[in-house]
Amino acid sequence: MNIPADLKYTSSHEWVRAEADGTISIGITEHAQELLGDLVFIELPGLESEFVAGQEAAVVESVKAAADVYAPLAGTVVDVNQAVVDAPETVNQDAYAAWLFRMRPNTADDLATLLDAAAYQMIVDAA
Amino acid sequence: MQKTALNESHRRSGASMVDFGGWEMPLHYGSQIEEHHAVRRDAGMFDVSHMCAVDLDGPDAKAFLRRLIANNVDRLQVAGKALYSAMLNEAGGVIDDLIVYYLDDTRYRLVVNAGTATKDLAWMTDRLDEWQLAATLRQRRDGADALAMIAVQGPNARHKVWQVLPECRSACADLKPFFAATVGEYFIASTGYTGEDGYEITLPADQAEHLWEALAAAGVRPCGLGARDTLRLEAGMNLYGQDMDETVSPLDAGLAWTVDLLSPRDFVGKTALLSRPRQGQFLGLVLVDRGVLRAHQKVLTGAGNGEITSGTFSPTMQQSIALARLPLGVAIGDDVLVAIRDKLLAARVVKPCFVRNGTIRV
Repeated sequence: MNIPADLKYTSSHEWVRAEADGTISIGITEHAQELLGDLVFIELPGLESEFVAGQEAAVVESVKAAADVYAPLAGTVVDVNQAVVDAPETVNQDAYAAWLFRMRPNTADDLATLLDAAAYQMIVDAA
Repeated sequence: MQKTALNESHRRSGASMVDFGGWEMPLHYGSQIEEHHAVRRDAGMFDVSHMCAVDLDGPDAKAFLRRLIANNVDRLQVAGKALYSAMLNEAGGVIDDLIVYYLDDTRYRLVVNAGTATKDLAWMTDRLDEWQLAATLRQRRDGADALAMIAVQGPNARHKVWQVLPECRSACADLKPFFAATVGEYFIASTGYTGEDGYEITLPADQAEHLWEALAAAGVRPCGLGARDTLRLEAGMNLYGQDMDETVSPLDAGLAWTVDLLSPRDFVGKTALLSRPRQGQFLGLVLVDRGVLRAHQKVLTGAGNGEITSGTFSPTMQQSIALARLPLGVAIGDDVLVAIRDKLLAARVVKPCFVRNGTIRV
């Protein structure tokens, strides 16, 4: 299972990448896309939507099921990836390249509360 | 969990396995959508050994079926002919849907669903005792003479089966739809659950792996239950437990065409059906907006509310489709709304047969 060491993770199977401009990019992990199977529909949040940590922010649907994607941290949506809406299968092809949306966290320090690769690996192994 | 004779083959092929009615079955072998396309465009195969063949033998076999099932078994006059029917309880609810193959007036083979087989056998055995008819029921899913079933489906399915089983060619080349032929130890039927041409092959369980591998070598793609569900939904075929169950009348589940209310023959559930005409209609939906229709979503129509019983994303149509129970006033072509999460999305009412033989029909 591919779990890149340079990313942060949530127990609900989102990955989070800290960008140089202080924003974070959010996607679903390889493990999550594998559980869901072929993705066919993605609904992203509106720009400037505000979320608290753990709030439903996006929906990914495969042929077999719908799953919520949660905001990993409290913050504001600053960008959404229209390319994955047009081609949801790109998430299956490369889950870590296919980001879903970007947020500006309310507090930069919150990033430290997320899981590192080793901790997320343990969650996947226990599942 | 119970396993079919092909369990090891599935694992070797990298299948993602799931629990289906107590059976460990392949959901997909990598991509459900690619498996779906393989059946629409070429040839795919499904392990359906979890379904249960039941052999009915005896002088009263025909009399038994005339009372047991809602469709008219008298329509079976030619050896090998198959009939699709619901088996009802006294209240007119569907205990199961099944296929009956006619061998002769004293011998029939029934194929029932996996999750309902135990209940079905108990019901059938009880009716046989109650009616004091001379016939025996024998399940063929477990035991020394267990059978396996492989469905090979798709426009190229027949030719690929003939490559692997040359003796099948002469016996089955002219098999009309919904017929079966016995070829040695194989029971080969032109039935299916995909809306495509092909065969369902029943054979001794200990020969299943050999046939499966030979078909794979001939280019038949292994397909899981995921693709089986999207294919049957595109073909507008009901799934037991989802589109109908013991609380649903076949008349409200799009199965009126299988219920024989015209002949004087009496069958279990007939009185209930006659006293309770259909309450709704069973139709198809195509989602106009983007999203995915799912079972239990509410459908808002000009004639009242309905409910989706099966929904999915159609790989062939590249949009979402569903089967739904809708109020009687709704007509084909109507615009309706479906409640999905916090939104109301636009959908169109269609005849519930979306794709047949590779062609979009709506």
